[in-house]
Amino acid sequence: MEFVIEMNNIRKEFPGIVANNNITLQVKKGEIHALLGENGAGKSTLMNVLFGLYQPEKGEIKVKGKTVKITDPNVANELGIGMVHQHFMLVQNFSVTENIILGSEPTKNGSINIKLAANEIAELSKKYGLAVDPYAKIEDISVGMQQRVEILKTLYRGADILIFDEPTAALTPQEIKELIQILKRLINEGKSIILITHKLKEIMEVCDRCTVIRKGEGIGTVNVADTNEEQLAALMVGREVNFSVDKVDATPGKDVLVINNLTVHDARNIPSVVGLDLTVKAGEILGIAGVDGNGQTELIEAITGLRKAKSGSIKLNGKELINHSARKITEAGIGHIPQDRHKHGLVLDFSVGENIVLQSYYKQPFSKFGILNFNKIFEQAKKLIKEYDVRTPSEYTPARALSGGNQQKAIIAREVDRSPDFLIAAQPTRGLDVGAIEFIHSKLVEERDKGRAVLLVSFELDEVMNLSDRIAVIYEGKIVDIVDPKTTNEQELGLLMAGGKREREGVS
Amino acid sequence: MQRLLQNEKIVNILIPVMAAVLGMVAGAIIMFLGGYDPVKGYTALWNGIFGSPRSIGETIRAMSPLILAGLAVGFAFKTGLFNIGVEGQLLVGWLASVWIGYALNLPGIIHLPLAIIAAAAAGALWGLVPGLLKAYFKVHEVIVTIMMNYIALYVTADLIKRFLYAGNEKSYKVKESASLASSFLATITDNSRLHYGIVVAILAAIIMWYLLEKTTKGFELRAVGFNQHASSYAGMSVKKNIILSMVISGAFGGMAGAMEGLGTFQNMTVLSAFTGTGFNGIAVALLGANHAFGIILAAALFGGLRTAAPQMSFNANVPSELIDIVIALIIFFVASSYLIRLLLTRLRKEGK
Repeated sequence: MEFVIEMNNIRKEFPGIVANNNITLQVKKGEIHALLGENGAGKSTLMNVLFGLYQPEKGEIKVKGKTVKITDPNVANELGIGMVHQHFMLVQNFSVTENIILGSEPTKNGSINIKLAANEIAELSKKYGLAVDPYAKIEDISVGMQQRVEILKTLYRGADILIFDEPTAALTPQEIKELIQILKRLINEGKSIILITHKLKEIMEVCDRCTVIRKGEGIGTVNVADTNEEQLAALMVGREVNFSVDKVDATPGKDVLVINNLTVHDARNIPSVVGLDLTVKAGEILGIAGVDGNGQTELIEAITGLRKAKSGSIKLNGKELINHSARKITEAGIGHIPQDRHKHGLVLDFSVGENIVLQSYYKQPFSKFGILNFNKIFEQAKKLIKEYDVRTPSEYTPARALSGGNQQKAIIAREVDRSPDFLIAAQPTRGLDVGAIEFIHSKLVEERDKGRAVLLVSFELDEVMNLSDRIAVIYEGKIVDIVDPKTTNEQELGLLMAGGKREREGVS
Repeated sequence: MQRLLQNEKIVNILIPVMAAVLGMVAGAIIMFLGGYDPVKGYTALWNGIFGSPRSIGETIRAMSPLILAGLAVGFAFKTGLFNIGVEGQLLVGWLASVWIGYALNLPGIIHLPLAIIAAAAAGALWGLVPGLLKAYFKVHEVIVTIMMNYIALYVTADLIKRFLYAGNEKSYKVKESASLASSFLATITDNSRLHYGIVVAILAAIIMWYLLEKTTKGFELRAVGFNQHASSYAGMSVKKNIILSMVISGAFGGMAGAMEGLGTFQNMTVLSAFTGTGFNGIAVALLGANHAFGIILAAALFGGLRTAAPQMSFNANVPSELIDIVIALIIFFVASSYLIRLLLTRLRKEGK
């Protein structure tokens, strides 16, 4: 059998880490080949190697049987490799045609022959059933359409091997259905496709074979027809969890946060939290497990007042808080360790001390009659820096100068010290080293043991499983199931997160 | 020296100082190339700034509106906004101060402050419009403030002609009870036009510093300027702070107009072109690193250069336009502070 792409024993290192180690990916002509792995497993690195953005340290690449050296994306283009990026690379106020020909404009007497190109694009669009208007402006068309423009871009340049990087991440369910039709049409017309994804359902639906990578290692390639979602999930995460958090069993108390039938739209005004119900009790850590983009961000933003909810109810200790101002919600007793510490958590140009009082600067003792009391502010900062082991030269140092772990500790110090009844920890350990992770985990457990309700949102399954007393799985804006971390496993969670169903002994 | 260079604060002060020095040096080179004697030129300049009580008086007089214009730009900058509308705010403030100063009959202790407050209020109103548009409709403040400049230019001219016209393209003069002029200051500076405006300007600088650095409102304004996301996360109203910032910035701009109306000129001319003071405020704020006290020093430099420019042309035959080149060069060097920073880091490394 002939392979259109062979990547044999690829190894790619970055300073300090091996992103790809001994990965082999072989794509047959006319197949849809899935590349499966968790966030950060090395999928994008591998594809960037294929696309000429990175040079591998070891291994060989063969395209259509010939050994090649892909030094930059232009070489990849010439070899017929095209990439549809997850984040579209389009000029918003250019027309579809202008975007597609960008960089390879057909010219006639020195001026661009738009009409010729537009006709050609219309033809391509018809051939593959894309229904794209060559004269439409990018800013006026939907995300799904924009993605088709990206597909046309690769086809226009003569690609016959198309790489799709998480193509369904930004699409609505309807658009996903249409995309799947397009993928099948492309195959029928003789193209080959590599689909980068971590959604098992899609793999089962459209792919022929699937190569799994885990933490940079090639795990193997399976025929999709011979496998099932459970097996794929096991291959993707499949490892024993060995470092767990020391904690005693939770003693959950009363309901602290009760969410009923919450609906929230995202920035594009598309529903991303849909009729969600959730209860978090005092003295427990409720973990939310889910693939990025299933409504976690919007859920947190709605709870904390950073985004207006469309409908529903969010009650803290029985008090309705939906669509109150962020400050009112903070004062009602909600602490929030935000997902993006640089964007939301800190004013990086402020000193550590000023950041410590970011939520309380307007209250006594930090200010009186609108005048700040810097003595008290820096006293408080000094105290918390010591208590939370924030490694900083001083409380006057700009937050920008601290390491990620210490920045995160400062945020946690600020949020936890206010002793809120309800604490949201979103991705609390993202990008941190093991020491900081342990510290933050133990702090969260400590808060739980003090009787606070903690909501943990994380894309790290390990973290959710180790810390949580209950795990709520979010999928497409709904809590689809609540499982006990003691009786569940990563395979089951992975399956639920990808929209699968659990075989239940008894309905809870 | 190396120890000093390790200190970020000192480096931040060194940058504008070095920019000023480099600007002067480059100016000297240009003078030399143009066939003028740079030593003679700068001597004349020095004398023009400090040479006599009168020139010192004129320098300080020129400083006052520049300080306030610089504060207006700097304040907006500190809160993440670019107010190019200081010129317009200055014009409406100028008119408001002259109007109140002319039309009312009040004891000086009320009349003068009232006229200054009127100027601040007019400037604040001129800042409010772009502030509102920015906060609620995301219209960029640069565009709106530029348009507000033209509106101010022609509206003030029209209002003078309609209501305050004294003939010869000038408005009526303000009453003595609203005047900042001082015969005492004029006497000790050999009949310069020095007036009490400098006191107002320095007070305003202190107010800006105190407001930004010591109050909760200032904390919010700075936070919004640095990071709007974190500010709204912390429960601050980004919209309100944007509007407030433009209003306060505009008030400073309006007070700069009062310096001219109640101080230097005692009336307002029907202007057909901008005064330029508002735009110079941008340069002053830039050189002063948007810091209240830096702005005072920068205003002193620019004010001095401007008042002494005619002297330089008169005594050393160097065309006064050359001062504009020097000012432009200083701004260039401040703007390319990255270059100077690089130079200083190099020095720091070699010291190790």
